[in-house]
Amino acid sequence: MKRALTSGATPVLQVEELTVVLAGRVVLDKVSFALTRGSVTGLIGPNGAGKTTLLRAILGFERPRSGAVRHLGIAKRATARIGYVPQKVAFDPDLPLRARDLVGLGLDGSHLGFALPSRRRRTLIEAALEAVGASGFADKRVGRLSGGEQQRVLIAHAVIRHPELLLLDEPLANLDLRSEREIVDLVAGLARERKIAALVSTHDVNPLLGAMDNVIYLARGRAASGGVDEVITTEVLSSLYGRHVDVLRVHGRFVVSAASGDLLVDASTTSQAEPREQ
Amino acid sequence: MSALFHALFARGLFSNPAVHTAAIVGALAAISASVAGVFTVMRGQSFAGHALGDLGAAGGSAAALLGISPLVGFVGIGAVAAVAMSTLGSHGRRDRDVATGVVLGAGLGVTGLLLYLDTTHSSTTGAAVSVMFGSMFAVAPSTLPAVVAATGFLALCLGALYRPLLLSSVMSELAAVQGVRVALVEASFLGVLVVAVALSALTVGAVLATALLIGPAATAIRLARSPGTAILVAAAIGVGSTWMAIILAYDSYYWSASHSGWPVSFFVVSLIFVAYLVAELLSSVGSRLATHRDPSVSRTLS
Repeated sequence: MKRALTSGATPVLQVEELTVVLAGRVVLDKVSFALTRGSVTGLIGPNGAGKTTLLRAILGFERPRSGAVRHLGIAKRATARIGYVPQKVAFDPDLPLRARDLVGLGLDGSHLGFALPSRRRRTLIEAALEAVGASGFADKRVGRLSGGEQQRVLIAHAVIRHPELLLLDEPLANLDLRSEREIVDLVAGLARERKIAALVSTHDVNPLLGAMDNVIYLARGRAASGGVDEVITTEVLSSLYGRHVDVLRVHGRFVVSAASGDLLVDASTTSQAEPREQ
Repeated sequence: MSALFHALFARGLFSNPAVHTAAIVGALAAISASVAGVFTVMRGQSFAGHALGDLGAAGGSAAALLGISPLVGFVGIGAVAAVAMSTLGSHGRRDRDVATGVVLGAGLGVTGLLLYLDTTHSSTTGAAVSVMFGSMFAVAPSTLPAVVAATGFLALCLGALYRPLLLSSVMSELAAVQGVRVALVEASFLGVLVVAVALSALTVGAVLATALLIGPAATAIRLARSPGTAILVAAAIGVGSTWMAIILAYDSYYWSASHSGWPVSFFVVSLIFVAYLVAELLSSVGSRLATHRDPSVSRTLS
């Protein structure tokens, strides 16, 4: 099922002609796209393409030079409506914080005072842990969980307040193939069930194939967006990179290669996975 | 039984007014320092805490020269140092450490001068020693109201900031996304840290203040899995070590024929260190036991 980026009701997120300049360098150059409810969008691009800057601009941490970021048509950021999973967090193994404590902070971490123990609060936390399959390690310290388990807990932290927009910054970094698959399925499931617009950044398009509805490809600060087959093509990517690149599809997986021979999308970690069905 | 009681609690322990003051001031300072210490350790600000303690010596020795309460000196110099450290080191953790180190160096130079003046002009070697290493039995009862007020201030601040502070200590980016004003929370915590270190310096001395700040907190973090438990355990270790140290220091007066008692600070710091070693042992034994018990681990091993 393929959705046009702008179809349906008011988009959850609308980015219009967004230009961000950092230290004199144009990091994002007139980037435009929209995200709709219940969809998964991959934010793909090589390191340094501006993926994190784009996410930070959506969160309101970077001031655009021009253009706008609209949440449900409003130019102001509404914190309760955005769930955010940051790039690889290094938790100290001794940090006295159980998985359930971190999820609880997602619920009311910005409030003053202590969280009074209540049945309602506990039920909400248990439900969020259950939704990401983290009930089994809810009482372990977050710093002692595996990378995949930490991602699940961070996702529970992000979705406990039922946001309309979920941003994930490189959630698949440093995960093994199985955890990678599990996290992708989890995010796709949450997006569809809860009508969340999920934006997942990753440098490799392949882990998201089959789970994502749309793709935004970033290179040199410029973006192309649309369906996977419309964007991941020799023509579109060559135009983005400003030089000829070949897009090959091998056993259902993409390999993007420049004329000089360097792989622009690292396919080395994905050789054993079977092709995914749409 | 009675013999043991008298061996531990020497004659006059419970009727001595200096012991009373030490027990109350010591407990309040230990609670303040240990609880603030848990956040300090979680935030990776141990070095800042240590520097604030060392710099307190400048404030303490200035207070001795001027004849005012040492607590005023500790808090005053701490506030100046905290502002200097956060103004200079606002670009990440490494920058923060460098700025802390630079301010610490400059402050210790001033301390050297003030301590020199203390010992030469007013010929009070005792003042220098008690500023740096504390003398709990010499804490003036008149400082008690200020100590109670400072502890109340800390309890109020940490109670109000608890969740935003915890979240920004775990990860400031997550806190900012949830609408926490991270810079404000960080500045407030630095204020809390200044007061906690000042209370700690008042009891165990400026140089040993870190031990009371970091020791019980580090021990609690080894033992406790949740932040609330860590705070309670840290406070218990802090107060326990302080009270036990007061008893031992009082006893030590009778240990030698010359009746030269040992300082309380020595016992506080030693007991905190012992508690840390025990916790280290317990947590390594505990994790080994957990590995044996956890069926999922043995399954993957077989």
